[in-house]
Amino acid sequence: MSNSSIRDTFFEECEELLEALVEGLSAMEENAEDMDVVNAVFRAVHSIKGGAGAFALDRLVNFAHTFETVMDKVRSHELSVDESLMRLFHRSGDQLADLVEAARDEREPNAESEAAILKELDTYLGDVDKNDDFAFDAVTLDFDTGPVPIDLSEPEPVMRHFDIRFQPSPALYSNGHEPLLLFDALAELGTLSVSANLDRLPEFDAFDPNDAVIDWQLSLETAEDETVLHEVFEFVDALCTLDISVREEGDEAPAATPEPLAPAEVAEADSEPSPPSFAPQPVSEPKSAAQQSTSQQAAAREEPRGPRPTLRVDLERVDRLINTVGELIINQAMISQRIEELELPAVAHLTNELEAYKLLARDIQEGVMAIRAQPVKPLFQRMSRIVREASEATGKKAKLVTVGDSTEVDKTVIERLADPLTHMVRNAVDHGLESPQKRREAGKDPTGSIRLSASHRSGSVFIEIADDGAGLNRARILEKAIEKGLVSPDAELSEQEVDNLLFLPGFSTAAEVSSLSGRGVGMDVVKNAVAALGGRVSISSVPGSGTTFTIVLPLTLAVMDGFVISIADQTMVIPIASIIETIRPNSKDLHSIGTTGQVISVRGAYVPIVDVARNLGLTRERAPIGTGVLLLVSTEGQGLTALRVGGIHDQRQVVIKSLESNYGAIPGVSAATILGDGKIALILDPDELVKLNPGAPFLPPAPSPRMELRHA
Amino acid sequence: MLDVTEAPTETQFEFITFSAGEQSFCLEITQIREIRRWAPVTKLPHTPDDVLGVMNLRGAVIPIFDLAARFGLGTTPDNERNVVIVAAAGGTTIGLLVESVSEILSVDKSAIQETPDIKSEAARQAILGVISVGENMVRVVNLDAVLDNEMGGAV
Repeated sequence: MSNSSIRDTFFEECEELLEALVEGLSAMEENAEDMDVVNAVFRAVHSIKGGAGAFALDRLVNFAHTFETVMDKVRSHELSVDESLMRLFHRSGDQLADLVEAARDEREPNAESEAAILKELDTYLGDVDKNDDFAFDAVTLDFDTGPVPIDLSEPEPVMRHFDIRFQPSPALYSNGHEPLLLFDALAELGTLSVSANLDRLPEFDAFDPNDAVIDWQLSLETAEDETVLHEVFEFVDALCTLDISVREEGDEAPAATPEPLAPAEVAEADSEPSPPSFAPQPVSEPKSAAQQSTSQQAAAREEPRGPRPTLRVDLERVDRLINTVGELIINQAMISQRIEELELPAVAHLTNELEAYKLLARDIQEGVMAIRAQPVKPLFQRMSRIVREASEATGKKAKLVTVGDSTEVDKTVIERLADPLTHMVRNAVDHGLESPQKRREAGKDPTGSIRLSASHRSGSVFIEIADDGAGLNRARILEKAIEKGLVSPDAELSEQEVDNLLFLPGFSTAAEVSSLSGRGVGMDVVKNAVAALGGRVSISSVPGSGTTFTIVLPLTLAVMDGFVISIADQTMVIPIASIIETIRPNSKDLHSIGTTGQVISVRGAYVPIVDVARNLGLTRERAPIGTGVLLLVSTEGQGLTALRVGGIHDQRQVVIKSLESNYGAIPGVSAATILGDGKIALILDPDELVKLNPGAPFLPPAPSPRMELRHA
Repeated sequence: MLDVTEAPTETQFEFITFSAGEQSFCLEITQIREIRRWAPVTKLPHTPDDVLGVMNLRGAVIPIFDLAARFGLGTTPDNERNVVIVAAAGGTTIGLLVESVSEILSVDKSAIQETPDIKSEAARQAILGVISVGENMVRVVNLDAVLDNEMGGAV
């Protein structure tokens, strides 16, 4: 493995560790006494420090070290966690994430906030160490700073005597670890003596070279803390049985031969060699062997609660697989079509087998799609930081409640949802919530809550961002919209319509530009980002009790149910989700308005008819009234609209292929798919389609430099 | 002058020459993925004349341009012999419709001359240089320029 790929792995692991850190910190908020949680947080910071050290990321190491040292004080009950410390921990976690990100992108991190947090962290260290100040100074002077890692919390060194029993499992050797190196590392810490226990060495005939039968009894006299000893064994943690105990003053050295370990334990180690990993493991700082074993048991008990084993796969490989499976589906459709063309008798076995093939192909496709699915949890976790920052910036108190963290969504959706969600959460705090005082006056909890929830409903993903603030001020919105000339003063709008004004470009209700608003991102950007994912966003608001934004997204981005339709002489696909009903027009329901307008009466309402072929510029002629089929769709811009198409041929699931990756966006067309005969069919976007200028034939969407090239 | 990063020490370049709009062009061989027979494409609405449509290339949707039309030399007439050169640059794959592919040209770097100082800025952008082959002049197509303009115009 090249150095850069090891580095990449480190940063990937950092991401996981930071997730665990955020999770641990929010768990600490619930219960700071839970030592397992505190240990998990400590461990995450510690592991980041360890990895960063290996890559000489000094700033990161330095920060993580200070953070870890304060955390260690909590762990050893020297510090109790109060609200302000908790807040500092959160900020430290955020800062650590920033530092990791800066290190990964090889840029300078924000030194200002780093220094501020470090200073605050130092005050916690200072408080505790006040009495030891003098002694602490003496330490730094007495020792050569080189090989001795100086822990700020370290009191004057006391030589202690540790007894270590170290029994490697076979996996330790098969993973390439070498006990001698570990012993060398220990020897650097102080005076070490090692004795090997050969009791379990079998007769030569029975010797299995794959087994690990030698264990060691070590005794170490050192000024170091027990944590340092554990650090030496960090990378072989899960690969050996390790007992570290402090010999009390005057204790006799234990018998040279340790009791052989219980066979069951050995068997377990044999059958389940676990790979070394950075993954946070609850490791406590045991004072005796007995405590150690209890904590190990506790860890074992909790294992089911931990994450299930996962596989890290390069996204490109998954995409390639998805593409190939997409091809398989298309190929299956092709074969079906060919077989249909043969017009075999219905009883032919081939038809049954084809049916089975179809089902299998669909199963594979769903399985492959599921690989891309990821829980929204990390995305939601990121939002807790946004809420913290926003509440700090606005002086409002806010907490984030998340529901449905485990809901799985396509990875691309998660990535592309981060920005809109950030904006909406920030808005919810900035515009949604009232000030603590106003909340108190209204008889509410002064701390507002932002509720983020995700769920699956009828083949779609629902994501809701709800605040318990004052609700939308509709009068103010309308006033503002009229002021900006977005609606006419005498327009009568329903509540829903007023709410939707928020999505108009350039709309902002903030009376003054706060540090949060005025960043050039409006709700229209959110709406576009969601629309780009094939989703919709809507608002509902109850005065006095809050506003809820609901984002509805398709489950996967790669497959879609569609109608195969014909337009002019081309085959196209239209998403079924957008179609309300299909109508074969009856001439008595059709009416003309002026020379160009056509409407159809649908149960008493007149609905405008849009000729798709003309709007796409595929034909200049108007199709005679009463021909073709009408598809009733509900569009964002124009409300209910009837799309006129040549005919509907089929309903099927299609694999969505991007047009933009090789060409670019085309108005009215959202993507493409490949049909059974290998030809490409365009997938229409009804919302955009109705906005197009009818009859504009094959015009480029914008003037482009290539126009000049023509005259070259 | 010619931006080929493959092997700086090597001065031999291989080009595939083809004709479009009755002029000779060539593309560096490393930029060409494959050469296909012409097959009907799916037309795209709201696109300029030089965009013929999209084609299915083993599951990827790639746009096909009429190179002659792209260079303002008129549309390529329908012909059985027409071929599509599939070329890739910077993660984008496109197809170029040309009249015919002629030969593989192996030339020394020094044989590539700078584009003569003609007035049209656009033409200089589209052409990296020229190579003299016998009595013929072959224009080296700047694929990046073709792509950039395309993306700029389409988005």
